[in-house]
Parts: sequence; C-alpha cells; structure tokens
Amino acid sequence: MNYDAIVIGAGMSGLAAGIRLAMFDKKVLILEKHSIPGGLNSYYQRKNFDKGGIRQFDVGLHVLTNFIKKGEKGKPFSKLLKQLRLSYDDFKLCPQTHSKILFPDVELKFSNEFELLLNEVSEKFPQEIDNFLKLTEKVKTFNELDLSIGYSSSREALKEIIKDELLIEMILCPLLIYGSAWEDDMDFAQFVIMFKSLYFEGFSRPEGGVRTILSLLMKKINDLGADIRFKTAVTKILIKDSGEAFGVVANGEEFYAPVILSSIGYPETVRLTPKIDLNPRIGAMTFLESIFVFDKKIPLDQNDSTIIFYNDSKKYSYRPATDYFDSSSAVVCFPDNYETNKQDGEGTVRITYMANYSQWRDLERAQYDEMKEKVGQSSLSLIRSLSQGFDGKLLFKDIFSPMTIERYTWHLNGTVYGSIDKTRDGKTPFKNLFIIGTDQGFLGIVGAMLSGISMANLHGLMGANEI
Amino acid sequence: MADVRQIVIDIIADIAPDEDVSNLDDVKSLREQLDLDSMDFLDIVMELRKRHKVEVPQEDYPKLATLASCVSYLSPKFATV
Repeated sequence: MNYDAIVIGAGMSGLAAGIRLAMFDKKVLILEKHSIPGGLNSYYQRKNFDKGGIRQFDVGLHVLTNFIKKGEKGKPFSKLLKQLRLSYDDFKLCPQTHSKILFPDVELKFSNEFELLLNEVSEKFPQEIDNFLKLTEKVKTFNELDLSIGYSSSREALKEIIKDELLIEMILCPLLIYGSAWEDDMDFAQFVIMFKSLYFEGFSRPEGGVRTILSLLMKKINDLGADIRFKTAVTKILIKDSGEAFGVVANGEEFYAPVILSSIGYPETVRLTPKIDLNPRIGAMTFLESIFVFDKKIPLDQNDSTIIFYNDSKKYSYRPATDYFDSSSAVVCFPDNYETNKQDGEGTVRITYMANYSQWRDLERAQYDEMKEKVGQSSLSLIRSLSQGFDGKLLFKDIFSPMTIERYTWHLNGTVYGSIDKTRDGKTPFKNLFIIGTDQGFLGIVGAMLSGISMANLHGLMGANEI
Repeated sequence: MADVRQIVIDIIADIAPDEDVSNLDDVKSLREQLDLDSMDFLDIVMELRKRHKVEVPQEDYPKLATLASCVSYLSPKFATV
C-alpha cells in the first residue's frame, strides 16, 4: 500500500503529526502497537474487587502543563490549538489550586499566577530574589525553539546566577522529574521549556483526564480520513542501499511512503533499521506509580495542593533508585484538588517514585508482587503524613512498575523521558526518516503534540512544498 | 478576477479564529496587527494550495508580509489558475 506519509505510534506526537498531514490532503497511515491510543499518556481500567464494575485510570498525565486562560495568545498551548484547529473549550481545562515544592523546613508554592512563586522566593530566600529575577529574565529571552542548539548543563547555568544551593535544588526538582532524560541535570533548552510551562504558565487538568484529549485527537483523525491501525506493530523500517527510508513492515505487510515519522523513541527506531554505527543511548529514568482510591476526598484543610514535589533532604537526587525504588523523594498528585472540583465523592491520590529498571526486571513473579506491596505501603504512609488527620478508608489501589511501562509502551527499559541523545531537528542518518515526540526534544503532553506538529510541518509539509 | 485580498483574509479568519480581521491595514505587516507566527504563515501557504491550487515556494514566504504585498504577489498566480 502506498501513502504520502507513515507515522509510527499513536501517542500525543504521532496523532498531532497525523492530523497536520491529513489536514492538507496527505494520505496518512498511523500504525500503533497497542490496542488504544496515547502511548505514554494513555489509560487503563481495572475491575473493582468489592462492588463490581470497572474503574478507569490515566497513565502519564498528572497535570497538563502550559496552562493558558481562554484567549491568551502567543503561548505553546495557543499555537497548538491553532495548528490542530481545536477550540479551547473542548479541552475543559480545570486550573490547579496551587502546587508546592516541599523540602525539609522550607516549601515553595507556585500556581498559575507567577507572582505567587516570586513572593515565595522573596519571602523564603530574600537574599536571592534579585538573582531569581535575573534567572527569569534569562529564561524569558532564551529561544528554546531554536532547533540548532546543542546540550548545555542547566546546573552550571543556574550556579552562575543563584548562590543558594537549596534554592537551585528546589527550582530543579519539579522540572527534572516532569521531563528530564538526564540524571541530576537537564539540557538548558529543556530547562527553559519546562520553566515556562510549569512556573510561568502552570497546571490544569482536562475534565475527564487524558481521555478528553485523546478523543479530541481521534475525532480529528477520523474526520480527516487518516488511516489508523491499532495492534499493528512495525517490525522493520525499509531502507534503500542509498540510505533512504521508503516504507515499513507491520504485521507482515509492507507499506510505502516518502516520509516516515517515528514517535517510538530514537533507540527504538534505530533498532528497526539495518545495522549502522549509531547507538542513541537509552535513558535511565523510569518510575513507579501507585494510585489510591479512598471513600472520600482529602479535605482541603488537610491538603489543598494539586501536586506536591516532596524531597526529604536538602539535596535533590534525580537518578535511578539504587534499590528497587527511592522513597526519599516523590511526586504526590491530588487529582481532586482543582478549582472547579466538587468536594463530595471518592478521592484519588497518585504517587510517583524513581525506580530502577534492572532490579524490577530480575524479580520473580512472587517477589515482584511483594515488592509492589512495599511500594504501596511506603506511598500510603507518605500520603498520611502529608495529609495529617485524614481518616478516609482505602477502597482500591493499583501500582505500575517500570516493567508495566515497558510492556505497554515498548519503551526500552521502561524509560519515560526517552534517550539522552535527542535529535532536535528530527533528522536521523536515514533520509526521509524523522523522529518526533520526546526524543525530538519537546516535553510534556503539550510539548509532544507540538513536536509532532512542527516535525510534520518541517519534514512533511514544507519539504513537500519545495518539490 | 479573484478578490485576492478577501481570499487571504478568509484564510486568516479560519486558521486564527480568535483574531479580528475586520479592520486590517493593507500596508502594515500582518504579524504586527495579528498574533501570527511562522507556523500560521505556513498554514496560509498550505490553504492557498489546498483551496486555490496556488503554490508559494518557501523563499517567497516574506512576500506575504502585508495584505498589499499578498495582493501584488498572488494576483498573477491567481490569473493563471
């Protein structure tokens, strides 16, 4: 079968790329290995033990970063709406209450109004407020969308501006764990993307969670008539002797196209091509997540944050756990704490720990379940200590591990933020084969969609226009 | 004779639905008057191609800077469609 473009993977970047190409009459084929869309930002369901029926959970999406108010212009989210011709109201965004970075003896709150973080820094680090303002100025004027810039260390850049090491750790903590493929550091261009999307713009959650976003994208795909196939794994990318990609093999069938966009990760993509001297490194950062459902919501006077970035020492360690999991830090997500949420009904809390892939891989089934139980207990006691006095009864819990991530997303080693070898212009050593999504270098759900859009524009639409 | 000015305005209204296109100054740059970035200009070009079979090569994108320049650059192309 011949197409104008083939997209590998129906996650956020693949769907967005498919929409852009189909919008301008390209015959598009999207191939997805899983039975549902979303990739790293998908959903699943579990049977209820006690009262029957099923419970639906999101994976990936804690929050949607890059929050804007309706009508706000010139921001990543507003670009995304225009490029995909979607309406702001369709996303049904519920803004966060506030979130906080919680270290021993000091916390910094931030919200969708940047002033809150400024006030917090000036109150808790008064000697650093001028430096912090200098940093925000540097972030504001930096062009993170320049596709030609290479890696530079964020820690080094921060040390040049900010003297207090604790403040550096606190600023970095949410930005690292919400997107860095690098251990204990991140590329400065990515730091800028994250700083803007978390601190300048902020968090919200679409009503209905990740499924709201996915159904908007799927409706567009279907309306535009793109061909999308699930349970269809690409097993080979076809490359001519001249080094030009011209098609893929999936479910034993060959498909041809002059442009192939792969969202499955750089190392994962390279493995589908003939052997070449190129080995993009597999990122080491992988996580465990526990989801708890209680019979009631945590009252706001016991905990009113949307996300708590918790760390139990003055130094933030962002690297694979040395043991199975690292309980010295965590992201604690309270999906009920949004401005528009009602306070009745069941309550949910999600906790993310850094993990160690090879430790989990080597566990036997019985030990695996036992270790997950330990993760659950540790997470639960953190929830209790962060919500003093909460007496809700636990109705349900579910835990997913690096093995679960690998099993359902096919990202090698359960890596979540991809390779540390990014290809910012999307190019690979093979002509006509391009990388989109996390390994192209944009971050988060909004970033992934913008990656798909900009790579489809650059390599699928503008390139085609030149012919 | 195609009304090129109106054709361009209609396209902008579709790709940037939140913009007010009713009082555009023909000689001022579109970017100055509207929240348009390079992605939006790509969309103008793609829509010209899709709706009117008019091709604008990448090196000519700057010729779409104002409504007046759009009209003078695109009119001969529309005449030959």
